[in-house]
Amino acid sequence: MVPARFKAGDRVRVLKAYPIGHLRTPYYIRGHVGEIERLCGAFPNPEELAQMRDGLPALPLYRVRFRQREVWPDYQGSPSDVVEVEIFQHWLDAA
Amino acid sequence: MIERSHHDMGGLPGGKVERTEHEYADWERRVDAMSWLMRAHGITVDERRRHIEQLPPDDYERMTYYERWIVSLAQAALQRGLITSEELARKMVEVESRGSR
Repeated sequence: MVPARFKAGDRVRVLKAYPIGHLRTPYYIRGHVGEIERLCGAFPNPEELAQMRDGLPALPLYRVRFRQREVWPDYQGSPSDVVEVEIFQHWLDAA
Repeated sequence: MIERSHHDMGGLPGGKVERTEHEYADWERRVDAMSWLMRAHGITVDERRRHIEQLPPDDYERMTYYERWIVSLAQAALQRGLITSEELARKMVEVESRGSR
């Protein structure tokens, strides 16, 4: 298993990149800055599993919390509203 | 370069959500069962998702949930050499002829 680089409360930026393949990081969240809400565990890399490889070593998966107003410039709801996205470690950099 | 794949729709206007329940057809139940059985042989949900995401946008929109799944199962079986296109073609013709009797 790949060691976890982040802990709850750390600020992270999602890689703003558009590779090909089966990706689990949704388009709308790439490039945004959020906060680690929790470490969900470690799982085989789904991008590799999708290409018929074993996806090992397992990668840490985090639940990352983003402010809705930061993600959607025209967001009309409360400033405290958040969206949480589960993102694998290789898509995250320290912010 | 493909910046945003067609299936990656988060945040786009989606219209009204229909919350009606429906009974699954027998063939839909079979597709679900087949997905689980193929998982036991190493065909992951990730691999099948990749095939669904590669559907042309018009087909992706037109097909129902389990229609997409059955195409992904067939693609995986083809790519892994479990079946050939010819076998699939002949079986589809055979199955279709059952309905016209």
